[in-house]
Amino acid sequence: MPLPYSEIVMEHFRNPRNVGRIEDADAKAVEGSPACGDMVAVYLKVDPETHVITDIKFESYGCASNIATGSIITELAKGKTLEEAKKITWKQASDALGGLPPLKVHCSVLAVDALRAAIENYEERHGLVKEREPTTVEFVRKRLKHVMNPLVGLDIIRTKLVKEIEVKDGVVRVVLDIPPDHQFASVMKEDIEEKLGHRWDVKQVIVEFAG
Amino acid sequence: MYERLIYLDNAAATRMDERVLEAMRPYFFDVYAVATSQFGYSIGLDAREALENARARIAAALGAEPEEFIFTSGDTESSNLAIKGVALALGDKKGRHLITTPIEDFPVLHSMRTLERQGFRVTYLRVDETGRVDLDHLRESITPETILVSIQTANQEIGTLQDIRAIGEICREKGVLFHTDATHAFTRVPIDVREVPVDLITVSAHTIHGPKGIGGLYIRKGTPIKKIMDGGFQEFDLRPGLENIPGAVGFAKAVELVTPEETARLQRMRDRLLERLLNEIPHTRLNGHPIYRLPHNANVSFRFVEGESLLLHLDMRGIAVSTGSACFSRSLEASHVILGIGGDHERAHGSIRFTFGRYNKEEEVGVVVEAVKEIVHELRRISPLGKE
Repeated sequence: MPLPYSEIVMEHFRNPRNVGRIEDADAKAVEGSPACGDMVAVYLKVDPETHVITDIKFESYGCASNIATGSIITELAKGKTLEEAKKITWKQASDALGGLPPLKVHCSVLAVDALRAAIENYEERHGLVKEREPTTVEFVRKRLKHVMNPLVGLDIIRTKLVKEIEVKDGVVRVVLDIPPDHQFASVMKEDIEEKLGHRWDVKQVIVEFAG
Repeated sequence: MYERLIYLDNAAATRMDERVLEAMRPYFFDVYAVATSQFGYSIGLDAREALENARARIAAALGAEPEEFIFTSGDTESSNLAIKGVALALGDKKGRHLITTPIEDFPVLHSMRTLERQGFRVTYLRVDETGRVDLDHLRESITPETILVSIQTANQEIGTLQDIRAIGEICREKGVLFHTDATHAFTRVPIDVREVPVDLITVSAHTIHGPKGIGGLYIRKGTPIKKIMDGGFQEFDLRPGLENIPGAVGFAKAVELVTPEETARLQRMRDRLLERLLNEIPHTRLNGHPIYRLPHNANVSFRFVEGESLLLHLDMRGIAVSTGSACFSRSLEASHVILGIGGDHERAHGSIRFTFGRYNKEEEVGVVVEAVKEIVHELRRISPLGKE
């Protein structure tokens, strides 16, 4: 049986493009952490006039799909304007790689998030953003669309796993419709905490299981 | 078929020995009958003789009587039977408390979880950073309601050996049954039930170049246990189902083919591998105990590197290993063993297990060390960690 990775994924895994750091980067972002197992750093050089990404590099601490997605995302973003690059989705990255296994969405979505975070970082530093967006129930819902249900490779909103969202005094409470001993309970919990925990107005993220 | 394969995942499954297959062959094609009762036809009596002969030989390797050993489909079934069978026999009579460790393999751990859902209480003993059980914690955890202590002989991932004799003596003194999962230790680290007070031992053929799908359970005479699967009266009315006679014969042959000399050879290769990996690659650490460990197991964590990536790169070079990384596991969870001995996720993600077997050659060690060195160097080059 062949590996569940496409030829293109394996090719990028073996020979990742645009690897490394840009020492005088105009913006950078790191998503994930050693604790959650995967980490991607993205570095940008941006033309201040045209807002075109003139150079982009990435570093990865992660599995094959993490490395391959980091690699393809740099190829997709290079030469694009920030506005264009911001719109690159995980789906586009996955398609460019010839598809990724559902179980690996969790690991590969990080690179897309890191690219977006790096762009946001640039925009903030160059006064391109309006106001900081407050964390509302709607915002949480939007963010949870990036948390994957590893069983099917679709997000937890679309697969209707989110039973309840509550935001009160900086505490975000998310109730998932799965039992606490679900095969992927702890993975999804970590993922949710990671997506929301660092927000400027969030003090605590509580994930509960009601399945 | 696999050119130049260097197979170092012998804890997961082993290449079967041709001599095992030769021993099994007649029981597929000539003596294929059911092991009949003593009043049956000749071919059935021959089948029974082969089964009982295999049983006696494996029992002897444990220092046990033949009627103290039953065949199962493997270690998963053996541990399920030991734990649930004792719970079924003693749950209503004596109590509903069991004791184990957090680093057991899944057959033990998940059997315990099933019992917990049925109202049993389970104590998970403290283990130190090498995986050794805290014997004082064991002593103070045993209550009048405790029906079984289940502690592995050797750990499946980090290879740590437990002090089975001391554990057995504590259990004996307190009048509690003791089960040990010896799947990874059996024959490589001999155990004799005449010297070690243990009541139930899980063993399997798949780790010692025997066939897959056959294992066994040692049950000391007089141990209260009930069958957990219903059917006929086979295996002393403890394990129903048509006997796997070719498997049993192959298992017995596999047990006899393991020699102390061979195990010493595996240990020399393992020692050489460990010494070189730990000395020649920076930011590496041994997982498990430096001395009390399986002779054919090495488990090393490489910092700033994720295990699945390392595993795939090694595979591209024809080297097969295993990792405790979450990315590699079916549940996407990091190794419960490395986390259980107080390691962090990063240590689990970067852990690689190398396990040696009969078909490994001395010269493979150097090839593996060089490959790991190059790959770890390359993966660290692209890693955002460990640069400053």
